[in-house]
Amino acid sequence: MELYRLTISELRDLLDKKEVSVKDVVNSIYQRINAVEEKINAFVTITKDDALKRADEVQKKFDLGMAQNGKSVLGIPLAIKDNMCTKGIPTTCSSKILYNFVPPYESTVTSRLMEQGYILIGKTNMDEFAMGSSTENSGFHVTKNPWDLKRIPGGSSGGSAAAVAADECVAALGSDTGGSIRQPAALCGVVGLKPTYGRISRYGLVAFASSLDQIGPITKNVRDSAILMNILSGNDPLDSTSAPVTVPDFTAILGKDINGMRIGIPKEYFIEGMEEEVESSVKEAVKKLESVGAIPVEVSLPHTGYAVATYYVLATSEASSNLARYDGVKYGFRAGGRDLMDMYMNTRAQGFGAEVKRRIMLGTYALSSGYYEAYYKKAQQVRTLIKKDFEEAFRQVDVIVTPTSPTAAFKIGEKTADPLQMYLSDIFTISVNLAGVPGISIPCGFTSNNLPIGLQLIGKHFDEESILKVAYAYEQTTLWHKRKPDL
Amino acid sequence: MKYEAVIGLEVHAQMLTETKIFCGCSTQFGSGPNTQTCPICIGMPGVLPVLNKKVLEFVIKTGLATKCSISPYSRFARKNYFYPDLPKGYQISQYELPICEHGYIEIVVDGNIKKIGITRIHMEEDAGKNIHEEAGNYSFVDLNRAGVPLMEIVSEPDIRSPQEAVEYMKKLRTILRYLGVCDGNMEQGSLRCDANVSNRPVGQKEYGTRTEVKNINSFKFVEKALEYEIKRQIKVLEDGGKVIQETRLWDSTKGITESMRGKEEAHDYRYFPEPDLVPITVDQRWIDEIKSSQPELPDIKRERFVSEYSLTEHDADLLVSEKALADWFEEAVKLRGQPKAVSNWMMGDLMRLLNAENKSIEECPLTPNQLVGMLRLIDNGTISGKIAKTVFDEMYKRTKEIATVAIETAYLFDIKASADVIVKEMGLTQISDES
Repeated sequence: MELYRLTISELRDLLDKKEVSVKDVVNSIYQRINAVEEKINAFVTITKDDALKRADEVQKKFDLGMAQNGKSVLGIPLAIKDNMCTKGIPTTCSSKILYNFVPPYESTVTSRLMEQGYILIGKTNMDEFAMGSSTENSGFHVTKNPWDLKRIPGGSSGGSAAAVAADECVAALGSDTGGSIRQPAALCGVVGLKPTYGRISRYGLVAFASSLDQIGPITKNVRDSAILMNILSGNDPLDSTSAPVTVPDFTAILGKDINGMRIGIPKEYFIEGMEEEVESSVKEAVKKLESVGAIPVEVSLPHTGYAVATYYVLATSEASSNLARYDGVKYGFRAGGRDLMDMYMNTRAQGFGAEVKRRIMLGTYALSSGYYEAYYKKAQQVRTLIKKDFEEAFRQVDVIVTPTSPTAAFKIGEKTADPLQMYLSDIFTISVNLAGVPGISIPCGFTSNNLPIGLQLIGKHFDEESILKVAYAYEQTTLWHKRKPDL
Repeated sequence: MKYEAVIGLEVHAQMLTETKIFCGCSTQFGSGPNTQTCPICIGMPGVLPVLNKKVLEFVIKTGLATKCSISPYSRFARKNYFYPDLPKGYQISQYELPICEHGYIEIVVDGNIKKIGITRIHMEEDAGKNIHEEAGNYSFVDLNRAGVPLMEIVSEPDIRSPQEAVEYMKKLRTILRYLGVCDGNMEQGSLRCDANVSNRPVGQKEYGTRTEVKNINSFKFVEKALEYEIKRQIKVLEDGGKVIQETRLWDSTKGITESMRGKEEAHDYRYFPEPDLVPITVDQRWIDEIKSSQPELPDIKRERFVSEYSLTEHDADLLVSEKALADWFEEAVKLRGQPKAVSNWMMGDLMRLLNAENKSIEECPLTPNQLVGMLRLIDNGTISGKIAKTVFDEMYKRTKEIATVAIETAYLFDIKASADVIVKEMGLTQISDES
């Protein structure tokens, strides 16, 4: 049996019935990695020795009957994006400036997974500091889209999405600041969920833009996302922006009837420049939802046109400050220099890549005295308007449906010369981060070149249940998520 | 032309919390370098600050004591600049929405009460410390202090002379010490002061160009540095020059202020709201709770001492300058009355003996009970006031000796160091005329 092909819930079943051992599962994953990783390059660090050791420990606990109850990821191999701190294991953010950084602490999300007995398979590649939409901005290497090795996997969680799509892990964690989970999930044909801001602790997530960053699961199907959400969600005393909101059992909602649910179609989201096949797939998906009882309603999100500009002021402002700590003094890369200022400048000049520098400069400019009012402050005001757009729309509908990305995966190098073109890749996902609401991307078709297309479902604050419910209902009517790339 | 100085003070007070402002590290002073640090206060990637509630309570206490309004909604902000002792490359401080605003402190100027406005009080984290190696081409960074909670208390430009500035600082220190929120030690740096100074012709409404004087680290230097800077500015003005807006550093060994950086080199701190911390909302119930647990503050205490014990304003003012001193006084008066006599002995002989040893009232070996015992002997004519001085000195000396050898000594004081025993042993009884 090809264990690496299976989902969390399928493996759980086999493990619980003792038909396979944790080691069987872990070995199967590493065999798969051996076979395909050379082509994909999804990982920055592969933690095979630790994983095998951990598999033994977990198996022991399991055999003693000490651990299985309710522990849904016990013995399940997962990959973690390399911006989440893992104690004793390098955490680089795919940046040269952190190439040798080994955190002495564990992020809250990985601690929670660890308590449940997960097996860390490796740390995945990303755009440096999560800044990018193609994973081409990695300081180390480019990750390939498993569906077409000449194309990008999306980004910034491109490594995680590609690893899940190529069956190099059962599921993965990504982080999403402007679409970094949903866009690569769409481009790799997997499921990616960005939860409500504050739903999951950010403690241990290396910050890009603190008011927008959220961690979330990238999985092979909707059920696995719900399973991971159950573990990851909830208030954390180490993150005061994590919300003290009760966490439902997200798996309980799956399979419930969506008959009569109102799904909003924002008129501003069907724009020029969108690939025709993407548009038709999404419209097809809406019809499918209608066929199982959902009621489509046209809604308006009038400030959508300002989202990208707003995002690139706020995210870069926060980033310019968040990345100030990488000065070569205490950890990470340090370049030489004549004096302190020279050392700072050389370290940052050599340690950061071009896109990171571009964003630090943009953000520094936007916060500078004399410009603050016109940029940062104005952007905050627009952010409030975008939030209100969603509140208004959600008075009429339960969820909103949009394409995840205006195009399917583009070619490696196609947009690197034009940052603005690259930024527009996140045009449908960015508003969701600005509003702080949850969004999920699920496979909804393929282009004629066999490239996956993603459907985005957006929910109200802390209502991941509704988007999971609709996503699951849609998934039940299609086979898109079952398709595998030919590797 | 006659000039008038206009001074505003920015005071940084280290708060006496057990732990740092955004993590659980100890704030204790004097430990080995970098031993009181964790990933949060040294700014490692991915960690997040969480506000210490005690810090908020302390700053609210201070705000209430200085008649500020407490904002029901306030925010932290990031102040961005690069320096090796600032591990994150920004300091978490408050900017647009400080926790306390619009208060005042009363000081006494030429026998009259003068209000010095408090513009704002806000919370922030302290930075670490750079230690520069004289010989080597390198410096050390100690981050024990990074994340120690500070409050910045900003006054209005209401101060008109170096003496008023000293009075203001003393009063502020007394209040902070009464509240137990800061130990007020300027030499150790737990109370630090920067001054904005300008001069204008007497009668002119507009302010002159100001300079900011930094590094003033004792009460003596508050006066000296300001006197120097005022004279320097007036000389510039009288010579027909213009004061340049700049930051100047007080050099206490040379006794002068020197230019540190001009307006052009001033930092652009790029303040913006701290996204890692949620806005602070303070509910009125908590403020009321804190209000009801506030100690009696020096101004109220002074008024009470004047009305209840018929002390002079001057004596009452001195007694309330330290809470421990006021407590010592009240304990003695409770035992025997005679507030005037108690006050005189405290202000005179007791202070003389303590000052000779550079001791504070907290370190005073004598108990109020011992003083009262001696007053009783004066009252019943056993000793004269003159002999009492000898008895008092002996009592102090003996008590100090007992206190250094035994720990639980209070009861021993009355056996070996009471005025009764001393008078008997030394044969100091007053010979009465009738005999």
